[in-house]
Amino acid sequence: MQLQVRMNADSATGGGANGRLQSSGNQPGGRSVGLIGKLSRNSEAFRELGLLIFIVVLAAIFQIRNPKFLSISNIKDLLANTAILSILAVGMMMVIITRGIDLSIGSTMALSGMITSLTVSANPGISPFLSLVQGMAIGLVAGLVIGVLVAYFKILPIIATLGLMNILRGMTYLISKGKWVSAYQMSAGFKNLSTGTTLGISNLILFAVIIYILYAYFINQTKTGRYIYAVGSSPETAELIGIKRKRIVLLVYALMGLLAGLAGVLWVSKYASAQGDTAVGYEMNVIAAVVLGGVSVAGGRGKVSGILLGSILFGILANALPLINISPFWQQFIQGLVILAAIISNVLLQRRNDKLALKKRAI
Amino acid sequence: MEKTAININKPRGLHQYQWEIFLVVLFLTVNVVNSFLSPYYLTLDTFVSTPMNFLDKAFLVLPMTMIIILGNIDVSVGSIVALTSVLMAVSYNAGLPMPLAMVLALLVSTTCGFINGFLQIKFRELSATIITLSTMTVFRGIAYVILEDRSAGKFPSWFSFLAWGYIGKIPFILIVFVLMAIVFAVLLHTTRFGRMIYAVGSNRTACEYSGIRTERIILGVSMLAGFMAGFTSLFLTSRMGSTRPNVALNYELDAIAMTVLGGISTNGGKGRITGPLISIFLIGFLNYGLGLRNVSAQVILIILGILLILSVLVQNFTDRQTPISPKKASAPTHRSDAGDGSDIHENSAQGG
Amino acid sequence: MADYILELRHISKFFPGVQALKDVHFQLKPSEIHAIMGENGAGKSTLIKIVTGVYHPDEGEILFNGQPIHFRSPLDAQRLGIAAVYQHVACFPDLSVLENIFLGHESFDSVTRKIHWRELRKKAEALLQSLDADFSPSATMGSLSIAQQQIVEIAKALSVDAKILIMDEPTAPLSRRECEDLYRITEGLRDKGVSIIFISHRIEDMYRLAERVTVLRDGHYIATWDVPGLEQARLVQGMVGREITQYFPSRRVAIGEEIFRVEGLSRTGFFKDISFSVRRGEIVALTGLVGAGRTEICESLYGISPRNAGRFFLEGREIAIHAPADALAYGIGYLPEDRMKQGLVLDWDLIRNITLASLKNFSRKGFMQPSQEKDIALRLTDNLKVKTTHIYAKASTLSGGNQQKLIVAKLLTSKLKLIILDEPTKGVDVGAKTEIYRIMNRLAEEGYGIIMISSEMPEVMGMSDRIVVIREGRKSAEFETSNATQEAILEASMTAHGRELHAIAG
Repeated sequence: MQLQVRMNADSATGGGANGRLQSSGNQPGGRSVGLIGKLSRNSEAFRELGLLIFIVVLAAIFQIRNPKFLSISNIKDLLANTAILSILAVGMMMVIITRGIDLSIGSTMALSGMITSLTVSANPGISPFLSLVQGMAIGLVAGLVIGVLVAYFKILPIIATLGLMNILRGMTYLISKGKWVSAYQMSAGFKNLSTGTTLGISNLILFAVIIYILYAYFINQTKTGRYIYAVGSSPETAELIGIKRKRIVLLVYALMGLLAGLAGVLWVSKYASAQGDTAVGYEMNVIAAVVLGGVSVAGGRGKVSGILLGSILFGILANALPLINISPFWQQFIQGLVILAAIISNVLLQRRNDKLALKKRAI
Repeated sequence: MEKTAININKPRGLHQYQWEIFLVVLFLTVNVVNSFLSPYYLTLDTFVSTPMNFLDKAFLVLPMTMIIILGNIDVSVGSIVALTSVLMAVSYNAGLPMPLAMVLALLVSTTCGFINGFLQIKFRELSATIITLSTMTVFRGIAYVILEDRSAGKFPSWFSFLAWGYIGKIPFILIVFVLMAIVFAVLLHTTRFGRMIYAVGSNRTACEYSGIRTERIILGVSMLAGFMAGFTSLFLTSRMGSTRPNVALNYELDAIAMTVLGGISTNGGKGRITGPLISIFLIGFLNYGLGLRNVSAQVILIILGILLILSVLVQNFTDRQTPISPKKASAPTHRSDAGDGSDIHENSAQGG
Repeated sequence: MADYILELRHISKFFPGVQALKDVHFQLKPSEIHAIMGENGAGKSTLIKIVTGVYHPDEGEILFNGQPIHFRSPLDAQRLGIAAVYQHVACFPDLSVLENIFLGHESFDSVTRKIHWRELRKKAEALLQSLDADFSPSATMGSLSIAQQQIVEIAKALSVDAKILIMDEPTAPLSRRECEDLYRITEGLRDKGVSIIFISHRIEDMYRLAERVTVLRDGHYIATWDVPGLEQARLVQGMVGREITQYFPSRRVAIGEEIFRVEGLSRTGFFKDISFSVRRGEIVALTGLVGAGRTEICESLYGISPRNAGRFFLEGREIAIHAPADALAYGIGYLPEDRMKQGLVLDWDLIRNITLASLKNFSRKGFMQPSQEKDIALRLTDNLKVKTTHIYAKASTLSGGNQQKLIVAKLLTSKLKLIILDEPTKGVDVGAKTEIYRIMNRLAEEGYGIIMISSEMPEVMGMSDRIVVIREGRKSAEFETSNATQEAILEASMTAHGRELHAIAG
């Protein structure tokens, strides 16, 4: 039985490895390696620089079309609007690094937002801080369920999260009995969570900044953070060196759920309304921002700076399109194209690297 | 002396159809429960006309079965339905004759399928999941660009016949569906194309070494999925009488759930189309019964999600079970001449 | 201190249906290089997996420094200082060299969980320096060559203070120069007190490095000898258990006119300017070290992987091959190296596997004809003596040799002129090997042209009519087998005619 499981794992990963960078796989001799290394590192920097330049150019165009774009108030607005997206991108980045995907986060946000706002409307005196904890706890439970299904019951992430997406959405409707929670039912403190400011800076932005600082430390510096990369880069090697792969996968989905729960509370507080269809389809925005930021859907690769840039670019698009009179109905279409362009350009970059690597191998 | 008799009889037996039998039992249970809930339920007329409520999306299950046997997933079919439905309505309202608008719908949907397949074979590094996830957004995005938040419709009255019409006492859609199901069953189980689908789903590499043009199979199945999404959009639009960009939301989930519940393994290469065919009616009648009890659509959403996860769970469990006794199917009848135990080697990893 | 740092006594290991190891002994002295030799399937890998704690022996005991021990998991073995370097490096291609060395046993702050990067970096630099590595700890693992990745693996083993280092076929993918480097590193480790278990197919590795050698055959312990003074014939006899010449059935065939010729075949980064031809009834061996590019050449020829240049001629006419389907249509068949992944659909029965490559021949107007499929399957399995109890049995239930015959049967359903066999006897037991050789002879007698890729010298010498040697992506020699000597072939596959063709950078 044990042997059986091992073999399954081997064959499963064998397939995965095929599409990945194994250019050095059959390399007969080891030559000019420093160069290749430099090149592939450069290409990551290259891609981030490209993204940055693209953002600047885009901003310049928007500015020309509508001078209000780069006003202080609009930039504040833009950043505040991007905050929730960027918080979710953190979780999605971890999920995608482990070769997974999570389609359920929009529903998780709705459920967490709905339950916390119902709680607030029933007990107006409750501390906003408790609401945050409540929302995060709800998200954590949802994430743990997905994590267990994916890690321990070997259900494909897309199937498990598709199922949960519907279950959580259905629960949101059931709990709310189809009704909305509106602004007047929420306490000022609760609404203040997202709309208020601390030291002149929007709370939302502060939330995002804190999360990014913690996350950058976690993913780059700590043992567990590096294990997440290890599991995504090569699951079988990870198990070989004693990393508890399943636990890491569970952790990743749990953290994603936690962040989605938090984001749900912030969302409801920001728009001062909790509805059954809160954040429908928002998972696609998050996935788009993450792959745009250079996180590889093949797993193992992705940087914090990348997803930050990806989120900002996405925030700019969402913010600027109405400003330059493009109908909001174009948004989904553009978003789809952006994802497609991002994943395809990732592949093309990778192919170019592999090809260059081959050329360096003098025969 | 080398004449060890080789058994040449095809193993047969009901145990191969365990999953289907299980589904049929479920189906009967659902119907018995339903008939308790509604006294009018058990008339033949109700029984035959109920499928009108859910058969439109069933057309998606047929190609989804092929896609999952290929080892892929396609989450864009719902968006293709929406896009083609919107395009059909808009082009009809712009003056195109209805039959031509319908042909246009099928053409567009097949093209969408082609795009899915084309991206998959040109960018093999990317999984079908991520590709169809992005085309899903693009396709529905186009629908929104075209219609924004308006609706379109005012179709000619004969168009409603597709979804609401009867031939004799039998709904037109049921007849079309049965014909289509037969076509797909034949395609999948008796043709070279079908054989190659199973082959690619079981071991794509071996297929390529065997000279099978696997890319054509993937492209073909993707286009078939697109075509059937067009079919769904015809019947769905006819049933609703008008259309909006947000129609057919979550249809991909329904299709995937019905397929997986039908016993098609998400690992690819396994399963028969009979399973999904039964599960279409199982889920359809279940929904209908829940509707009779005034259970809300939201609960149905939850039930569908749970069914999806449960059926994959059960399958993963049985998948892991089978390799231990792979020859169960033939063992009981042929033990006498098996003898030497050469079939025990199973996965002994051949040293090395 | 015990005489032996590691001792295995009466070790047996069963898998369902096979006994992988039977009563095997092994004794490793402190700071010695001890080779384990044996053919494919002799049980070397299983033995290694027992030593590293991956498998548990069903019988017997393991002593470490004289103390009986029991490994519950690979981690237990690691804690005792047993580390392994595999031929196919198990690494994280996306992570840095530093992380590849230390991940899994990194030192970190117990409160903040932060990895002690600075300290580890120093250690890594020192380790890499001691191994003469020419890359930095922050390089991405995936950008390194196989040889460099092996150095990382060795550094990883040293970083846990390995007392016992297992090297599993480390030289197979390396060039000669890289092998020399590896020998040097290995000896350096031994001098520092590490005991090394060295597994290799290459006899020269053993003679160059090892002090003692343990030979296994078919899961049995054969003997342990001191290497100095050991005659090669005795060693080979120990491994194969009989005279080599007995293996190869003779064939009587009149070699005819040229069937197939390839000219100037090149693929960037893999091979360059390969030309050779095959005649009717002829077996041409394509040999050289593993990783020299033989498989890649044949895959380009078969259309499964791309090429940059090259022309193919079939019976004198130029043909264009862009995909395996083209090759098959012209009558070129390919038996791939990895029969489990590339050759068979393991979940399928024999019939479907046999007809997979020629579905067109067994379908009418697109519909499959099961009775025709069954007929051909029965005929071919009988013809090739595929041993099975049931024609509807899954391919996975067959033994290695029978699986290989099944793939040959699959090829024979197409009308072929040229058959490419890529390591046809790899991982096949001795008896089945002979049968496969017989089949090859029959095919040659029936007029097929055959290209056989093989790494086994006796097989090359015993089976082929002509030998083409590939060295680092180029054709380095061609012999008529009757004029060839093992030494000449070895030299052609390992050395570049007296001068280095190009400097090895990096």
